[in-house]
Amino acid sequence: MAFVLNINRKATTVDVPGDMPLLWVLRDVLNMKGSKYGCGVGICGSCTVLMDGHPVRSCVTPVSKATGKIVTIEGLAEDGELHPVQQAWIDLDVAQCGYCQGGQILGATALLKEHPKPTDAQIDEAMNGLLCRCGAYKRIRAAIHHVAEPQTRTEGAIHAAE
Amino acid sequence: MQLSEQLARHEAKMRALYAEFETLVRQVETFGRRSFLKLAGMTGGGLVLAFKLEAQASGAQADGAGTPDLNAFVRIAPDDTVTLFSKCPEIGQGIKTAFGLIIAEELDADWKKVKVEQAPVKPKIYGYMGAGGSTSIPRGWDQLRQAGAAARAMLVAAAAKQWNVPTSELSASASVVTHKASGRKATYGELAQAAASLPVPDVATLPLKNRADYKLIGKRYTGVDNRKIVTGQPLFGVDVELPGMLIANLVMCPAPGGKVKSANLDEIKKMPGVVDAFVLEGTDDLTEVKPCVAIVAKSTWEAFKAKAALKMEWDESNASKDSLTQLAAKAKDLARKLPAPASNIGDVDKAFASAGKVVEAEYDYAMVAHQHLEPQNATAWWHDGVMEIWSPSQGSDRGLAGVAKMLKLSEDKMIVHQTRAGGGFGRRLMNDYMFQAAAIAMKVSAPVKLQWKREDDFAQDFFRAGGFHYLKGAVGTDGKLSAIQTHSVGFSADGTHAVTGSGRSNNSFPTDMAPNTRHAITLLPLLTPCGAWRGPTDNVQWFASGSFLHELSVAAGRDHVEFLLEWVNRPRAAGPQQGQGADGRPAPAPDTSRIFNAGRATGVVKMAAEKSGWGKKLPAGSGLGISFAFGYGGHVAEAVELSVDAKKHITIHKITAVADIGPIINIGGADNQLQCGVLFALSAAMFEGIGVEQGRVQQTNFHQYPILRMRSAPPVEPYFIQSDFRPAGLGEPSVLPLAAALGNAIFAATGTRVRTMPFSRAGYSI
Ligand code: FES
Ligand code: FES
Repeated sequence: MAFVLNINRKATTVDVPGDMPLLWVLRDVLNMKGSKYGCGVGICGSCTVLMDGHPVRSCVTPVSKATGKIVTIEGLAEDGELHPVQQAWIDLDVAQCGYCQGGQILGATALLKEHPKPTDAQIDEAMNGLLCRCGAYKRIRAAIHHVAEPQTRTEGAIHAAE
Repeated sequence: MQLSEQLARHEAKMRALYAEFETLVRQVETFGRRSFLKLAGMTGGGLVLAFKLEAQASGAQADGAGTPDLNAFVRIAPDDTVTLFSKCPEIGQGIKTAFGLIIAEELDADWKKVKVEQAPVKPKIYGYMGAGGSTSIPRGWDQLRQAGAAARAMLVAAAAKQWNVPTSELSASASVVTHKASGRKATYGELAQAAASLPVPDVATLPLKNRADYKLIGKRYTGVDNRKIVTGQPLFGVDVELPGMLIANLVMCPAPGGKVKSANLDEIKKMPGVVDAFVLEGTDDLTEVKPCVAIVAKSTWEAFKAKAALKMEWDESNASKDSLTQLAAKAKDLARKLPAPASNIGDVDKAFASAGKVVEAEYDYAMVAHQHLEPQNATAWWHDGVMEIWSPSQGSDRGLAGVAKMLKLSEDKMIVHQTRAGGGFGRRLMNDYMFQAAAIAMKVSAPVKLQWKREDDFAQDFFRAGGFHYLKGAVGTDGKLSAIQTHSVGFSADGTHAVTGSGRSNNSFPTDMAPNTRHAITLLPLLTPCGAWRGPTDNVQWFASGSFLHELSVAAGRDHVEFLLEWVNRPRAAGPQQGQGADGRPAPAPDTSRIFNAGRATGVVKMAAEKSGWGKKLPAGSGLGISFAFGYGGHVAEAVELSVDAKKHITIHKITAVADIGPIINIGGADNQLQCGVLFALSAAMFEGIGVEQGRVQQTNFHQYPILRMRSAPPVEPYFIQSDFRPAGLGEPSVLPLAAALGNAIFAATGTRVRTMPFSRAGYSI
């Protein structure tokens, strides 16, 4: 079946079974590997994409329901210009293995759009569905605060002793 | 082969691997005089500094007919780009960045012009290429510094020759050689070609920098792959894409040791997108290919759908019937039936008889799973008589040799690419997915990516064994520790040796815990596969011991920090192990970095106490707990401050973590790894537990196996005490003290001791 998807500001036609999750359309059909498979049942968040600005789990979103404007981690940067959230993730060296981080960045992007200066409680709420097995939560939180208020970089003080 | 025999063989390999880690790390990999070769004229000129380990020389020569098949550590192009190669897998520990920095430091390179690439998997050239036992940094330290220093010396010599001045008048910094007297300058790129025509210096004579002179090492860097990570570029094993590639999935028996009896393959083959479905009989080795059905399809979704429709019957006559509930009951029964001690120091019975206080306690801990976020996968392509594999393994070099053996191929018919791995934690020391992908690829005339489902990762893990520690200890009337008796009830596959992660570790924990010490071990038969899980054995031993030491200090009415300091400073018999160079030359200095050091232990305990505010007054229901651990060359102390409410809900206010792992290479990376290691340990301590009944793992996905989430992640403050010891890794040391510190804090807050891990089984939540 043919579906016209709006991915990263471009209309893209794919011919796939209607029940194929968006995740596998992106990864296998369109060769966009940024969205990751982690659990396949909507509980880890590594497959997160934005649909009309809201984070959705692409592993449980059949292609037939992917009718909104989709932004994947590959499309977050526009014209080679990194999104501030991506830049913060680099500046604060958030990743350990990095596998979850595409999903984390998109989750954070949606959060910051809704709450430009999120509280810790709002971060907990918005980010709790995004599993980081490596446990990089402290820097994820710090990076979100850093985007909101670039001057308050809490993470990054070097503690060293002789 | 019987399942127990397969498991015994797997465990023997694991013991050999861990023994090799310790040997390798103590050997101190260095280069001998003739180890370096320069390869000029490659990649459009410039200097390419390649190396061979003399210990590996025969391998290198065998590969080398005519054009020596050597690998570069350092490549300097005329355009000033410096390319450095990292030989260990990047699994999130930041090794690629750290290795690059170590070379660049001695090279005096401009970090902005440095690119770090993953080295191809060529164990004959590089030696051991895996990442495990927190050994990558200590193994590579001297070798990488020498590689940088050799290249620098040649660039400086080239400038000296060009300007006709002595090298002593030249300095190098940020990829530029300067002659101060005349003001002349040349970039590395400009000098590379000339340097390539000079002889390689004897690396043993090259001075290496002192810590005080470091310009790059010790600062804060963002990871070299971060831009690719944040823009979703393909980096991981699962991201491999090849023309015409197919996707495979496997259906393996839920109980280890099961064989395929029947499967509705004909129906499956008719399903949309399915290209083929067949039985793999297996290689009689559960670390390679288990008996299974392989489904090959055009897309992952179609492979997964076919998997769901597969109807299997298993022959389970040789399969595991393990029940962890029954084994736990048995272990509890054996707790106080002490077998003949495996080791004994002093007179424990006498110490107990004359003790001021005797304390007894039973600790238990669950079996746990790895569940790194990128599920198992590998891509294999059989073409032109060559098996080409892309793997996110922690030990692709072993995988290469093993797959070659399975396919009866010579190793030079294998090409293996190391991809980035979405976590490892020890699971990826096993290469089963590499073997499986290769076995499937042999039957399919296209490249094939094997993609496990998360459910497969749960069912087919190599778990951290659960177990039981029964402890009895005594403090004298003077309040000092006088005796400890431990009885660990663990598991065995062969009846003799404990499985990985079970039993007792004498390696990282001084055997002489007290002036009078007795250790005994009881092993129960287990047919569930176990493996390395971030600090095998030590991670649970320190939970039991670190908590029990607190029980003793409480019984003695002592301050725990004071008690710990007294404990780490007890006179001990252990002597330093002399390091040795790879070519037989004595190492430059005795390598004492890997052994327990009372001074380093004292340092981290004191600093953790100070930074956590030890001794401060806390409100009722709040408590501060501290614990220390040594392992994998790292000395670490962690302190947890928390409150517990009436419903046993824990709020952690702060965790302080202090590590002495020698000099820190990338302070930003180390900070992150220490914090993340603490949270990884917190997740296991609070939530994680695997059940096994009828040989079957009871948990299938994250909904049944909770892992720490953002809401429960407390602030962690990392600190380092830097020293001139050879650097140790941090992946494992960071994890070790946390569980005991958490339990000690709960005791301080509530007066209740938690002796069960995960703590959720004792009713606690976070
Ligand atoms: S893969 Fe979609 S939520 Fe886990
Ligand atoms: S960085 Fe590894 S899972 Fe988040």
